[in-house]
This record gives sequence, C-alpha cells and structure tokens, in this order.
Amino acid sequence: MLQIEQLSIRYEQKEVVHNFSFDVQKGEILSIIGPNGSGKSTILKAVARMLPYCSGTITFDQKNMRTLASKEIAKKMCILSQRNQAPSDITVRNLVAYGRYPHKKWFERLNDEDYAIVDWALEKTHLTHYQDQSIAALSGGESQRAWIAMALAQKPEILLLDEPTTYLDIAHQHEILELVRELNRETGLTVVMVLHDLNQASSYSDRIVVVKDGHCVQKGTPEEVMTEQMIQSTYKMEAEIQHVVWDTAPRIQLKNTVRS
Amino acid sequence: MIKSTRSRAIVIITFVLALLLTIVSIGFGSVHISIPDILKTLVNGREDGIFTTIVWDIRLPRVLLALIIGANIAISGALLQAVMGNPLADPGLTGVTSGAAAFVLLIMLAKPEYIQLVPIAAFVGGIIAASIVYALAWRKSGITPITIILSGVAVNALCGGIIGFLSIMYSDRLPSAVQWLNGSLAAKGHSALQMIYVYAIIGWILSIFAIRKANIIRLGDQVAVNLGENVTRIRIVLSILAVFLAAISVAAIGMIGFVGLIVPHMARLLVGSDYKYMLPMSMAMGAILVLVADTVGRTLFAPLDIPAGIIMAIIGGPYFLYLMRKKAF
Repeated sequence: MLQIEQLSIRYEQKEVVHNFSFDVQKGEILSIIGPNGSGKSTILKAVARMLPYCSGTITFDQKNMRTLASKEIAKKMCILSQRNQAPSDITVRNLVAYGRYPHKKWFERLNDEDYAIVDWALEKTHLTHYQDQSIAALSGGESQRAWIAMALAQKPEILLLDEPTTYLDIAHQHEILELVRELNRETGLTVVMVLHDLNQASSYSDRIVVVKDGHCVQKGTPEEVMTEQMIQSTYKMEAEIQHVVWDTAPRIQLKNTVRS
Repeated sequence: MIKSTRSRAIVIITFVLALLLTIVSIGFGSVHISIPDILKTLVNGREDGIFTTIVWDIRLPRVLLALIIGANIAISGALLQAVMGNPLADPGLTGVTSGAAAFVLLIMLAKPEYIQLVPIAAFVGGIIAASIVYALAWRKSGITPITIILSGVAVNALCGGIIGFLSIMYSDRLPSAVQWLNGSLAAKGHSALQMIYVYAIIGWILSIFAIRKANIIRLGDQVAVNLGENVTRIRIVLSILAVFLAAISVAAIGMIGFVGLIVPHMARLLVGSDYKYMLPMSMAMGAILVLVADTVGRTLFAPLDIPAGIIMAIIGGPYFLYLMRKKAF
C-alpha cells in the first residue's frame, strides 16, 4: 500500500538518506532498524510529511503523496513520535478526540459517531478508566497509550511509530508492542515502526528493513535479516542467532563489540 | 484537572461579573449616580432625565470603550501565545503595540489630513513589528522566551526611536498625539467607540473560529501536521487576527501594556488551557481589567484622570516579575 522509491533526504545541505527504496504491504508490521544516526527516523518522518525530501517518490494507494492534500493523508496515515508534549491539563478523552478532526470540516462539531470511535480507541488502549484524567497524571506507558489512542481515533489504515518504546521501562515496552500486535491482528492496521531493540524487531515484525548510513542494507523477514553477519556489519557487534522451537522469530544474543 | 463543566461555569460567572462592573462603574465619577438611577437611565434610553447626558454621552461610551479595548488586547495576547507557543507572547512585549503606535503617530503628526487611515496604519505597523519578531525570534525549535523578549526589546527600541524622532520633527502638533499615545480613555468616548466597535465585533467573531486551530497548534507542530493541518498557514492567519485586534485598540486609545500578558495567564489558571474556555475567559477578564484600571484611574485621583495605560503598567510590571519568580515560562 505504500511504496518508497529512490528516496533521498538532505539535512542542512548534507544528504543523510540515499536512494532508499522499500515498500509496505497492507496488513503487515514492518520494522526499520539500524544504528543511531543511520537515518531510520528521518525516513519515517519523510514518509509522514514531517520532513521534506529532495528526490524520490512516495506512493500511497497508487497515488503520489505529494499530490495528496495533507488532510486527506491524515485520514489514512498517522505518525506517533518518540515523545509528545501536550498541554498538561488536557484530559485523555479530549486528546483522543483531536484524532477525529481530520475527518471534520473546519466548522463541524464531533457527532455521536465520532464519540463512539473515541470510546473504541480508549477501550482498545485500555484507557477507558483514565479518560477523565489529565495527561500529566499518567505514567510514561499510559501516556504513550493515550497518544496511540489518539492515532487510532484518526482511524488510519497505516500507523507509523517512531521508536515507540524508547522512553519506557521493559514492562511498558512489552505492553505497547503487544498492543500494536493486537491492533494489527484484530483490525488489519498496517504498522511501520522504527525500533532499537533487535529482539523486539525480530519477534514483532513481519518484515524488517535494515538501514546503515542512509542506505538500505537489507530487507526481508526476521529469519532472512537477522544474521550474525548483518549484525556485525551494521552494528559492529558479534552476535549469536538462536532459534527456539516455540517461536519462529530468531533470538539475538549480543556478544562483544568488534574493534576495528 | 480542570473539569469542563466547572470551566464553563467560571466563564459565565466572569461575563456576568463584567456586566455588573459595567453598570457599577458608570456610577463612578464627579457626579455619583446610584445603581437604580443608572438602570433607569439605561432602560429609558435617550429620553430626558437628569443623568441622560452624563450616562449616555460621557460614561457609557467610555466604559464600553474600556471593555472593548480590554477584550481585544486580551484575545490578541491569548492568540499570540498559541501561535508562538509561548506564554510571554503579548502584543506589548513583542512590539506589536509600539509598531502600531509608531505608524499611527506617523499619520497623526506627518499627514494629519489622512486621519481616517489611522486604523489601517496601526494594522500595518503591527504586522511589520510581528514579522520582525518572527524573523528574529524563530528558531528551528520554535520560539523561546529569551528570543521573544530580545526581539521584542529590539522592535520596541526601534519603534521608540521612530516615535521620538516624529515627536521632535512635529513638536507643534505633539500635545494631542501624546494624549492619544499614553493609553488614556479620557475624552475619546464616542469617536473612538465608533471607530473601533465594528472592527472589534468582526475580530471577535473571527476569534471564535480560531479556537479549534489554536487548540490544535498547542499540541505541537508535529501533531498538528499529523492531523492534516497546515501549521504555517494557521500561524499566519492567527497572527494576523491577533495583530488586527491589538492594532485597532492602539488606533483607538494608544498603548496599554500587559493586558495581553496578565489576562491569558490568569485565565489559564482559572479555566485551563483549552481555548474553548480560555479565549472567552480572556475576553471577559481583559474587559474587566481595563474597565477597572480606567475607573480607578479616573476616580482615585479625581479631578486628575490617570490613563488606564499607566495604571496597567503599575499593575503589570510587578505581575510580570511575579511570573518570572514563579518560573511560569
């Protein structure tokens, strides 16, 4: 449903992403991994029209994204940043309700149908009990869920997540990724996410794209991508790939940093 | 957390309070008028009565002018704060007011034959000042309090220079201009009211439409883009509206500072940061504040008439220091 072709992105004169191509299939979870500064978040932001790109095309549902109105894109695509700041006194419910605005004309009020969608999004993210609390009163994991709920209220076909787990402890990381998987399986939501943790990428993704220095190094299923060789060349780390019988996803055991 | 039902109640109470203060303040002055007499005179319209002239021709226009000016500047400050994402964005501190004032003076002193153009001149001056602030203060990460203050200092200094220059060049025409400049509502009554009220009502109606956009950009640029909004266009449109409201106020009565800084801050404390409540709250509180400042100014030291602008500076300066001490921004 989303094709990225020959994408190049410049950041202050310097090209940071070079001729990058990949595509996203409807209904899959695709993860973009790579070292710090490799350009993975940059790519995601360019796809979400947060950053300009200098060449290449991004095609969404057979249409060049540059020709689509921002509001039309907002009805189908949504990005969630690593960290979001909101006015601290806004309630969870009100925040989530903003997700309905792309579907409204500038003078239109939210109707019962919109509120039903807001209720649904709150329920999906297990925030129904917190809906009248202010965002500031929530924990990190809960507030990340609130932003996901806002994204869900947008009713996107594709959700882009930029390091959704970075600022969370392991329990909340697990919770967020389980939620993403659940949404993907139950509603067919297509997900593209940037992740740091290789094991998380391996177990939660249908496909993985590996980025290094703005180049696409490899793409494929976790089994295809997660190799000792890839980890050594991309991260300069020695690693051991383990396969366990109860899970198809390869597990990555990191060993030593490779000194060059 | 601030409940929306509570916020709504506070807004309504504040509007009622504004109405009550309006009636009460008509009574103040060299001739004291009791509240029943005020009401009787207002209800009877322009029919002959002992207080008709005082109420209808002197006090009411001045009181209405104070309300309109206060509402305008407070809304202007609230909008600028949304646009710049910064609680220090006040038409006075950013230089919008002095930019407008410099252009108005230019007309008043250099080209008095074009006096009808005063509101337009004020608007142009305000837009130029706001553009300079954007150009100077805007960084990649947005506008920080430091850059806004510094660029405001620069714009205010520049406009101060222009005002000073004009004052010397046209010193013969100066007295009337100075009386206008210092934010006094004395002797402005009808003419200023007639000049401003249509513009003000247009501005207020447009402000209602600005509420949703202001709410969206306070979520941050990324979220706004994500919701399909054109952030730059929202900023430009809301800034123009804010400048318009401040500029017409300057055109009518000169410079009143701090209203746009203090009022939105207090409104936020009382009803929260949702513009659905915060904007009308600012409007009502701004109206009350300038009304009280003007009423105090004209009664406390009677027969002297202290300009509302001076009263506001005396209240506003310390409040600004208090905000800094509280690290409110």
